[in-house]
Amino acid sequence: MKFVLLWTDLALWLLTAAVLAYAWRVKAHANLRATWQRVLRDPVAACAGVVMALFLLVTLADSLHLRRALPTADGSVVYDTRTLSALDLLLARQIAMREVSYSLPLGTHGFNKEGLEDAAGAVRRDYPRLQFGGAHLADPATQWADDVARRAGTGLLGGLAAALALATLIVAGLARRHGGWRPALADLAADRTVYPLRAILLTLAAVLLLAGPVIALMPHYHVFGTDRTGNDVLVQALKSVRTAFVIGALSTLATLPFAVLLGVLAGYYKGWVDEAIQYVYTTLSSVPNVLLIAACVLMVQVFFDKNPDLFETAAERSDLKMLMLCLILGLTGWAGLCRLVRAETLKLRELDYVQAATAFGVGDLRIMARHIAPNVMHLVLITVVLSFSELILYEAVLTYIGVGVDPLMNSFGSMINLARAEMSRDPVVWWSFAAAFGFMVGLVLAANLFADGVRDAFDPKSRLARSRLLRRRGADA
Amino acid sequence: MLGFVLRRLGYGLAILVGVNLFTFILFFSVNTPDDMARLNIGGKRVTQEQIEKWKTERGYDKPLYYDAGKAGAQRVTHTILWERSVSLFALDFGRSDARQAINIGHEIKVRMGVSLQLALPLFILQVIVSVAFALLLVFFRHSRIDFWGVVLCVLMLSISSLFYIIVGQFLFARLLKLVPMNGFAPGLDAAKFLALPILLSLLSRLGGEARLYRAMFLEEMGKDYVRTARAKGLSEGRVLGRHVLRNALIPIITSAGSYLPYVFLGSLVFESFFGIPGLGAFVIEAITGQDFAIVRTMVFLGALLYIASNALIDIAYTWVDPRVRLQ
Repeated sequence: MKFVLLWTDLALWLLTAAVLAYAWRVKAHANLRATWQRVLRDPVAACAGVVMALFLLVTLADSLHLRRALPTADGSVVYDTRTLSALDLLLARQIAMREVSYSLPLGTHGFNKEGLEDAAGAVRRDYPRLQFGGAHLADPATQWADDVARRAGTGLLGGLAAALALATLIVAGLARRHGGWRPALADLAADRTVYPLRAILLTLAAVLLLAGPVIALMPHYHVFGTDRTGNDVLVQALKSVRTAFVIGALSTLATLPFAVLLGVLAGYYKGWVDEAIQYVYTTLSSVPNVLLIAACVLMVQVFFDKNPDLFETAAERSDLKMLMLCLILGLTGWAGLCRLVRAETLKLRELDYVQAATAFGVGDLRIMARHIAPNVMHLVLITVVLSFSELILYEAVLTYIGVGVDPLMNSFGSMINLARAEMSRDPVVWWSFAAAFGFMVGLVLAANLFADGVRDAFDPKSRLARSRLLRRRGADA
Repeated sequence: MLGFVLRRLGYGLAILVGVNLFTFILFFSVNTPDDMARLNIGGKRVTQEQIEKWKTERGYDKPLYYDAGKAGAQRVTHTILWERSVSLFALDFGRSDARQAINIGHEIKVRMGVSLQLALPLFILQVIVSVAFALLLVFFRHSRIDFWGVVLCVLMLSISSLFYIIVGQFLFARLLKLVPMNGFAPGLDAAKFLALPILLSLLSRLGGEARLYRAMFLEEMGKDYVRTARAKGLSEGRVLGRHVLRNALIPIITSAGSYLPYVFLGSLVFESFFGIPGLGAFVIEAITGQDFAIVRTMVFLGALLYIASNALIDIAYTWVDPRVRLQ
């Protein structure tokens, strides 16, 4: 076995480390801590954050890659050309359960009629039994409903048990501060806790109740059906989460160096530096975004086609392609944030504390790094969380146009792309589409709600638009 | 005024030069004319002779940036960069690299008309519907209608436009059979082909737009002139319709104006999904066919339209707010 660190893996793990470091910093600074507490006290944002964290967990599980050592005759070590992730290992059974073609969710038979030979040797056209889905049933017609109900029920109970365990854990945690178990439970039920724990608990319980039956049914059925080549749709949807996350997170991150550096420089120095930087970003933003991205992606494609021996495995190739896509999205998308940072810097540089620093003879670089950059970070943060969801939606469109991620890679875009043809079949193949829809809307909605929470906490002006119905008792206005 | 126009023109020209230079370097440094020839001729074994012929036919048989073999000004003018740039600025777009029969300029003229038929009604409806919806939410602000309206907006903007298209096509064209699935016909027949894409595009953008406008209106609502208007005894509808709407027009124009280039360029996704032969579909064909001449032309055209629409937005500012002067 050999661990493989793909480029996007590296970027994702670095990103996770950076987020942890930021959390550490938040903990140390009273100011930042208060603002983030405001985010976490907002029930909608807190729940959305929890959902995002769950998606992040899937992503990280899918970002530990390895290649298996293959047995060879002469004892030398040869590695499998397929790169597997920890998530693949977790879902190994589902990946191995490969059927021939389409099958309905929880189906036991194929979706298309085939010529089948029965015991007497006569050929008739019927739906073939699936090789794996419901294969343990002797007579699906009579046993299927019972079996599915029993397994789903077990899963539901398991989910409920997990939710109750979680509730107990939370109450146990609260017990000390709320004076015993009973008042803690009462406070939790009446939403009288510092953080909206009741809402978080309900969110997690909903997730557990959904996941329970799915996990219970997974070993013997294709819960979301199979696609044209017989692959489990649920596995594809789960693996698409990573692609979406990588695109959403890394692309915004790639915009930051340009946006912040150039924005601060333009705002601080003014004059011809400002003019030049403004010219560059106006030029960039004058080209319709999709066209610019398409042009850059085409060039990367040409470069890859010209240098096919740069990569050892297909996974490395499609991975680097995705990283390039992120960089391109970053390179073409920094104008908006740069404009904001420039405007903010123009305002900041006239403030007394910056003037005082100048009077004390502090150097330009030091002023920009110590006094200006930290004070534009709230803009950066708001932009990062806001563009995360936009980019996930954008990926789908780009993949549809043909300039998105590699077709070999699982992504919501490629799922939707295939779904287009499937939805025009008769009878309609809807489950791939439904799975992509469910997961994508879940992820994007959570990201949007979380972003709103962050924006409201960091930008007082946006709180005007907040509905009063959402305000919790005890939470500050 | 004249100074303003001249400065705007000069800046626009500078941006166009920048865009042109940028795309040229992007395309030709990675992808030399030889590569393009090989790609377009196709097949495994391409002779140098074929490549030379391909290049001569398309005028790519010159150095890229600088010709040391020539004398004087010809060193710069006898290059691909110079010739391509000059023809672009003269709006002579030449022919497609892949298919010589396609005259890009002619194609753009025809297809832009088609794109306009889809995008212009859409643009107008978009502004009206989003503003109306946002005003409705603001009228009922801090009530349940507002709350659920915002929830609806967030939900709508979390759904990819591709989902709207696929579900919409399935529902209206396949199940209800109200409109054809896709295709296009010139003249009045176009209406039945365009109805569904317009409706779906409207829906897919409504969430984001309405929420944005709602926030703009709410910001205006906190200002003094609103209180004065109310103190004069004006009804809430009148305050919103006459005072708030007018004052919020500037940010609305800015935001709606950013769509203006796409009114002419068309929508890539919607046109290709509905089989509408507009500019958007043209671009997708060019991208999938790796036709760089067309992509480069469209990038240039996009920048041109962006500059033009920005000028239009500035003029619109003076029109809605007499205090704004062009200078």
